[in-house]
Amino acid sequence: MYKVFTRIERIAGNVVMLEADDVTYRELAEVTSSQGSSLAQVIRIDGNRVYLQVFTGGRGVSTDAHVRFLGKNMQIPFSDALMGRVFTGGGLPRDRGPSITQNMIDIGGPSVNPAKRIIPRNMVRTGIPMIDVFNTLVESQKLPIFSVAGEPYNQLLARISLQADVDVIILGGMGLKHDDYLYFRDTLEDQGALSRSVLFIHTAADPTVECLLVPDVSLAVAERFALEGKRVLVLLTDMTNYADSLKEIAITMEQIPSNRGYPGDLYSQLAARYEKAVDFDDAGSITVLAATTMPGDDVTHPVPDNTGYITEGQFYLRNGRIEPFGSLSRLKQLVNDKTREDHRNIMNTMIQLYAAYRETMEKQAMGFRMSPWDLKLLKYGELFEKEMMDLSVNIPLEEALDLGWKILAECFEPAETGLPTKLIDGFWPETHTATTEKTD
Amino acid sequence: MSDNTGIINGINGNLLQVEFENPVLQNEVGYALTGELRLKSEVIRINGTRAEMQVFEDTSGLSVGDRLEFSGELLSAELGPGLLTQIYDGLQNPLPELAEKCGYFLKRGVYFDALNKDGSWAFTPVAEKQAEVTAGDTLGTVPEGMFSHRIMVPFRMTGRYIVEEVAAEGEYTLKDTIAKLRDTAGKLHDVTMLQHWPVKIPIRCYNERLRPSDPLVTRIRIIDTLFPVARGGTYCIPGPFGAGKTVLQQITSRYADVDIVIIAACGERAGEVVETLREFPELTDPRTGKSLMERTLIICNTSSMPVAAREASVYTAVTIAEYYRQMSLNVLLLADSTSRWAQALREVSGRLEEIPGEEAFPAYLESVIASFYERGGTVRLNDGSIGSITIGGTVSPAGGNFDEPVTQSTLKVVGAFHGLSRERSDARRYPALDPLESWSKYPSVVSGDDVQYARHILRQGNEVDQMMKVVGEEGTSLDDFIVYLKSEYLDDTYLQQDAFHPVDAATDADRQKYVFGKLVKILKTPMTFEDKEKARHFFQKLTQITKDWNQVAMDEEDFTKLDDTIGGMLAEVTEYV
Ligand SMILES: Nc1ncnc2c1ncn2[C@@H]1O[C@H](COP(=O)(O)OP(=O)(O)OP(=O)(O)O)[C@@H](O)[C@H]1O
Ligand SMILES: [Mg+2]
Repeated sequence: MYKVFTRIERIAGNVVMLEADDVTYRELAEVTSSQGSSLAQVIRIDGNRVYLQVFTGGRGVSTDAHVRFLGKNMQIPFSDALMGRVFTGGGLPRDRGPSITQNMIDIGGPSVNPAKRIIPRNMVRTGIPMIDVFNTLVESQKLPIFSVAGEPYNQLLARISLQADVDVIILGGMGLKHDDYLYFRDTLEDQGALSRSVLFIHTAADPTVECLLVPDVSLAVAERFALEGKRVLVLLTDMTNYADSLKEIAITMEQIPSNRGYPGDLYSQLAARYEKAVDFDDAGSITVLAATTMPGDDVTHPVPDNTGYITEGQFYLRNGRIEPFGSLSRLKQLVNDKTREDHRNIMNTMIQLYAAYRETMEKQAMGFRMSPWDLKLLKYGELFEKEMMDLSVNIPLEEALDLGWKILAECFEPAETGLPTKLIDGFWPETHTATTEKTD
Repeated sequence: MSDNTGIINGINGNLLQVEFENPVLQNEVGYALTGELRLKSEVIRINGTRAEMQVFEDTSGLSVGDRLEFSGELLSAELGPGLLTQIYDGLQNPLPELAEKCGYFLKRGVYFDALNKDGSWAFTPVAEKQAEVTAGDTLGTVPEGMFSHRIMVPFRMTGRYIVEEVAAEGEYTLKDTIAKLRDTAGKLHDVTMLQHWPVKIPIRCYNERLRPSDPLVTRIRIIDTLFPVARGGTYCIPGPFGAGKTVLQQITSRYADVDIVIIAACGERAGEVVETLREFPELTDPRTGKSLMERTLIICNTSSMPVAAREASVYTAVTIAEYYRQMSLNVLLLADSTSRWAQALREVSGRLEEIPGEEAFPAYLESVIASFYERGGTVRLNDGSIGSITIGGTVSPAGGNFDEPVTQSTLKVVGAFHGLSRERSDARRYPALDPLESWSKYPSVVSGDDVQYARHILRQGNEVDQMMKVVGEEGTSLDDFIVYLKSEYLDDTYLQQDAFHPVDAATDADRQKYVFGKLVKILKTPMTFEDKEKARHFFQKLTQITKDWNQVAMDEEDFTKLDDTIGGMLAEVTEYV
């Protein structure tokens, strides 16, 4: 019933070209050669020349391969049966479970009408003070973790997903090391969370084009769950691999690169995915956390750079800690005025003092004499790093705020903190005020 | 409607190759037809019998052989009463209406009228019968919210006309004829309250362009005092991601002293528009006591919406701005971000396989940017009244490096540069304008001499700071150290401003004059301290009290009290009176 073509004119990278008619843009095709069969998608039509991107790659595709056009776009099954299962980017089972073929849904659907969006309103509590106090995560936020390759970003993603109060976890793995895939699966399983998780995994050993499908299938499934009223957390790791796959295809298609070989539409491509994060007025929500590794620890590299312009802040993971500088949750102000009255001031003041501490560290490293003020800052910085920044700290927000006051009082006089007098009167720990505050 | 059609012969992303036979126009609108779908597109290049068209929608499902229907019209904005308070996409499709009909998601190929054709407006005639009029002259007015909306001779009607008839006072819809005009050849033309104008062509129905001279008060201290914007001026806000460009524009859109604010959310996050969308109707405009939404219009083509429509969106926005300027109003157009618009140009240019310039941007980038900002300005209209468009655009330079094509092209044409620095935003010194790098060619709301003095202190303070990094605090003289503390004091208490505090968020011009005058006096005061530790302690205390002062309204009792406390503190260390 479908027309079959048997002559491929050109094969370059993952893209093949053949002459065919009655083909629609973005349609799927099945390419079968002696080496096996793969799905492919139409990415360009020029007269009767049709360019196909082959999901499993161009390797082994023969010039007389059978190309059968399927008359539909890429789809993925959706049902509760997905829970606890592991799939490839192409939607085939990766575990030993049965394949699911009913209730197919389109991927890469249209974006939410901005007029239908609402202002995010719910804090996601993680128990990590560097997040809860300083860069509060908000339901429906899209936030990347910037780090260099060796950092424990996957561990951090796993920990947040387990501690956050969500209904469904969707993991999209791109170029994931097989060990990391197993780590995620086992951690979710051990904590009893696998039964509310769906995993779409592309490992470093799998075809590049499948990597490109992972965010779209993950987000399409997430969107359906959210429309059913579920609060969904989507973890995407590592988006730099995704961007590199985009680059590979763009180069094969001989597109003019804009910056370090990446295509000019990198921003739009990434944005189309991240913007799927949403809080539906009368249904559920999608929160997106993504790992973005920075080649050469360079945040101006096109991938982290474009990502930063799209997402609602970022967490920098460096030396196993969430770095207070550069890290930012842009939605925090939507929720941190409803937590506790001192939240915002503690957040700002502690960071400003920590910045001053870093400057003092520099001075100290250059061998300058430390003033009494410098000594206070040094004490403060060390306490802050040990009791707040360490990722092993796991306490609720309120306790973390109290801890903040305690650290400040151990190091400074109230006026030195620059905190508003009203808050100092209310929150400054008693014992310290009595001994250190001078009257003027 | 024309019945000119072509045949699609190639599809590459949102670019179509179309074979045509009858004449077509450059930038003509066409619709790609497949099944039930009609996808809006625009001619962007013509070569022989082949037109290249950019489609404003996702092109999935189109095939070679599908028809393309040419409209015979350029991409135009619909102009008339009822534009204000609307939320449009880049092609002026009303998003709330789309949401009502299509639900949560955008739907391609669904287009609604920008303006409601059935609602009626209370028309009052202005033009006299037999009067001679030209394009842009007022025929009558209708009230639109708090504005008197001028119904004008359509801008496309060139030449002179005689008013044969004007409708009597009464209620009319946008479809009703409200005037009949006779041209010099004697032909009669019906005029309604609705007109169309091609978005890429500036509206030029005015007498002359004037130099922008009045300050546009934004209530952001560092801007109004140090790097002011003028009504009818242009400015840009480049900065790395997260430095505070959008927040700065959001505050400006609330407090700026203008009649109308047009927000062009161009290729940025949808969530940011939503804040405006949901909050503005609740907020009152301190100038008029009305809802802020009444003076606002949002063009919203966010990052996941089609890229070609993103390119069109800034033109749609500026065309509507020009329309209201023609009514002798002061309009502020805020575009966030112009880099996304430039990237949209780059994507199209790439697909057209044009020879790329720097960072693959097209070679004509600079002239496109220049002609966009040129559409700002103050003009004397034909009736002698004045209208203005102020344009403020954010720039999102790759890697936060200002040495890139979009920032550089923009800097050549704007009147003020508000450069945001990563260093300042990391240190949470908001708004993160770099006080040493930024500049403005427009006059300040405070005394020029005081501004000079403050600049001088900031520069000196910075020098001392740099020096201290090398020689340490102990290698710095007490006098130099005091200069450094003074510059930090000015920075902490005046340049920085808490956008989320009800009082501190907005400082009007009078308060700026008062407070800045006072601070400069403090800066100028010689001070003596025993040692650096004492000096630092003094300034920490002074900073805290001054920040407290920033948080009380000028008419509160505490304002005077804190003012006196500051005076008292100074008296202890100086001859300050
Ligand atoms: N004036 C301010 N006061 C307090 N916080 C601010 C201010 N400006 C910016 N911020 C903080 O910085 C965050 C980022 O600001 P904003 O969204 O304006 O950045 P941006 O420059 O527009 O970034 P992008 O280029 O990625 O869009 C805000 O969410 C807020 O937390
Ligand atoms: Mg922004």
